[in-house]
Amino acid sequence: MCLLIKNGIVIDPARNIKKNCDVLTENAKIASVGESLESPDAEIIDAAGKIVMPGIVDMHVHLREPGFEAKETIQTGTFAALRGGVTSVACMPNTNPVADNASVINFILNRAKEAGNARVYPVGAITKNSEGKLLSEIAELKDAGAAAISDDGRPVNSAGVMRRAMQYASMLDLPVISHCENLDLAGEGVMHEGAVSTALGLKGIPASAEEVMVARDIILAEETGCRLHIAHVSTARSIQLVREAKARGVNVTAEVAPHHFTLTHEAVKGYNTFTKVNPPLREAKDVEAVKEGLADGTIDVIATDHAPHTMEEKDVEYDLAPFGIAGVETAAGLIWNELVKPGILNVEDAVAKITLNPARILGICAGTLVPGMPADIIAIEPNKEWEVDPEFFAGRSKNTPFAGKKLTGKVLITILNGIMVYKH
Amino acid sequence: MTLRGKDLIGIEHMSEMEIQYILDTARPMKEIISRPIKKVPTLKGRTVANVFYEPSTRTRTSFELAAKYLSAEGVNVSGSASSVSKGESLKDTARTLEALGADVIILRHPMPGAAAMMAQTVPFPVVNAGDGAHEHPTQSLLDLFTVQEVKGTIKGLQIVVVGDIMHSRVARSGILAFKKMGARVSVCGPTTLVPPGIEELGARVYNNLDEALDGADIIYVLRIQKERQEEGLFPGLREYARLYGINKERLKLASSEAVVMHPGPVNRGVEITCDAADCKQSVIQAQVNNGVAVRMAVLYLLARGGEASSVPVD
Repeated sequence: MCLLIKNGIVIDPARNIKKNCDVLTENAKIASVGESLESPDAEIIDAAGKIVMPGIVDMHVHLREPGFEAKETIQTGTFAALRGGVTSVACMPNTNPVADNASVINFILNRAKEAGNARVYPVGAITKNSEGKLLSEIAELKDAGAAAISDDGRPVNSAGVMRRAMQYASMLDLPVISHCENLDLAGEGVMHEGAVSTALGLKGIPASAEEVMVARDIILAEETGCRLHIAHVSTARSIQLVREAKARGVNVTAEVAPHHFTLTHEAVKGYNTFTKVNPPLREAKDVEAVKEGLADGTIDVIATDHAPHTMEEKDVEYDLAPFGIAGVETAAGLIWNELVKPGILNVEDAVAKITLNPARILGICAGTLVPGMPADIIAIEPNKEWEVDPEFFAGRSKNTPFAGKKLTGKVLITILNGIMVYKH
Repeated sequence: MTLRGKDLIGIEHMSEMEIQYILDTARPMKEIISRPIKKVPTLKGRTVANVFYEPSTRTRTSFELAAKYLSAEGVNVSGSASSVSKGESLKDTARTLEALGADVIILRHPMPGAAAMMAQTVPFPVVNAGDGAHEHPTQSLLDLFTVQEVKGTIKGLQIVVVGDIMHSRVARSGILAFKKMGARVSVCGPTTLVPPGIEELGARVYNNLDEALDGADIIYVLRIQKERQEEGLFPGLREYARLYGINKERLKLASSEAVVMHPGPVNRGVEITCDAADCKQSVIQAQVNNGVAVRMAVLYLLARGGEASSVPVD
C-alpha cells in the first residue's frame, strides 16, 4: 500500500524542508520526499496549496481511561485526535487507578492498540497514586513504555519529593513533566486572580502560584541535571524564568496550550464553566508574553492539555465545575488562526512546536518525514475558514470555550501508518 | 418605564435611570409600610419563592415581609432542608420551582454566578439576594434609597467603604451603585482584604483609615467575619479594631454631616464601637426599614406582569 501526496507545501523541521514537492509512503513508512516523485501503484493525493507535514504530536492529553470513561475513552480520545491532525499523544496518568505502575501502563497501551487510532505514549505518575509522597517504581514504568513521568493535575507540592524524583529520573534519562502549581498559593481559586476575579467575586489563583513552582523546579533541574519539561506555562514571569534558565544552560523545555495564547481572563465574564481551566486563563500581558515566548523559542511545544469533562459536570455553578478544556480537535485551527496567520510564528516554527520538538522531548519515533519513519502525515489547508461546532466533535466531551469561533486553517487529511484515516 | 431585564442579578448591568426608577417606586412602598395596616393587594395570587442556600436573617425576613405586604404567596426553600442536600443541581431546583408554579425566585447562594445561572434556567424573574462575593443588588439599592432620604442626592458625595472588601458582595454592588449615581467611592482595608483590581470598578484604595475618612460624607462599615482571621488573612481582631474600627473619635475626621452605614449584622467593638453605631449620624436602623420598601419595589416591578401605568398606593 503506497500513497503519493503530490504538490503540497511540504514542511519537515527535522531537515529544514519547506518546499513544494511530493511525499511517498510505502509499507506504512515514509519512502521519500522530493520533487516529481512517481510510483505506479500508489494512490495519489493532490495536495496543491496545502501544508503537508508530519502528524501532530500532542504531548499533553487526558484520555481519562481507566476510570473516567464518561468523559473520554482511549478509543474516543484517540479518534478525536486523528480528526485534529494528531497522530501521537502522550496521555497523563491522573486516571483511576493512577498510572503509577506497569499494569496500568500496559492496560493503556493495550487499549490504544485495540483502538488503532492515534499512537499513545503513556506518561507515568511521579509518585504513588500521585499523592506526592512516595516515588512510583519509575524504572518499571519506563520499561513498561512510559515516555515521561508527571503528577499532572496533582502537582508534587513537596520540594523534597520532587528533588528525589528528578534525581531518580535523571538516572533513567526520563523527562519529568511538571504541572507547576503551588497548592498553598492556589488555594481554592477557580480563575486567575486579578481585576476580573475581583469583579466576578470568584476566588483567584495568583500568577505566583505557578511561578514559584516554575522557579523551584528549574532550580532542582539545574541541581540534578534532570530533563525538566514545564507543562502549560501561562504567565509572563514563568516564561521569563524559563528563558533565563535556558540561557544559562538548564535542561528545561516548556509547552503552552492553545487557550493560553487565545483567551484572557475576560472570557470568564458570564461564568461560562468551559472557561474554567488550570492553569487559568490569564491577562492580556501574559498572552503577549506567551506569543513572545513562542516566537523567540523559549516555548518549545504547543500541547493541548485536552481535558474532557461531561456536560453534567460542567453545567453547574462555576465554583463546582471541574477544570479543563477539550482541545484536541481545535488545536491546529487555533495555531493557524492565532499564530501563523497573524505572523507571530512562521509556519516552519509552528510545525516544529507540534511535531519535532515534542517527539524529541519524549524520545519517540514520530514528528518528522525522514524516510524510514512511520508514515504519519497530515495535510492542512491554511486558508480554509471554518467554525468550531462542538456538536461535530468526535471526542466524548464538548467542553470548549471556542464554540462558534471562526478559524482559518483546517486539517483536511490525516494519514496514520500510511493509511488515510481522516479526510475532511 | 420598565426594567430592561426580567431579573435583578447585579448593579453591574443596570443604568442610572433604572436604579432611580426602583428608588422612586420604593417611596410609595415606604408609605404603605408606615400605615397601621401594611398590606396592598398588588401581587395577590403571585408566588414568591425564597430560596436561601446560606443563613440569612435580615435579607430573608425583609424579602418575606415585602412579599407579604404586597399580598404575594411566599414559600421558603432552604439549602439544607430541601433536595439540595440530596444532590439536586441548582438548575433542577430552578426547574422544580417553575413546575410548582413560582412566579419569582429570590436566591441567596454562596457561589458567584448562581443567580445568573438560575435566571437563564427559568422564564420568570430571579432576584439575586447575594451570590457569593459577587453582588447583592437589593442591599445597594436600599443603601442608595437611605442616602437619598438623608442627603437628598447622591451625586458628588464621597463614600468610603471600610473593611473586608475582598469577600464582600455588598462592597462590589455598593461601589458600582454609588459610582453610577455620581458619588466618589473609596475603599479602605488591610492589603490582605482588598482584592486586586478593585480600582477597575471605580474605587480609590486606601490602607490608612484616617486618610480615607478625610472629608467623607458616608462611612460604610462592613462586617468583619471572624473566620477570615482563622484563615490567616489578618492577624487579629484587636489589631483590626485598632486600625480599621470606626469610633466616635474617628468620625470627627469625616465631614461633620457624615452618615454611618452598616449592612448588618454588626460586630460591636470590632468594626464599629457602640458609640459610633448608635450615634445620631448612624442610619443603620433606617437601612433595615428601607430594605423592606426597596424589596417591595423590586418585587412589584419584576412580578407585576405587563405594564402598569403608575405605582399602586392601595
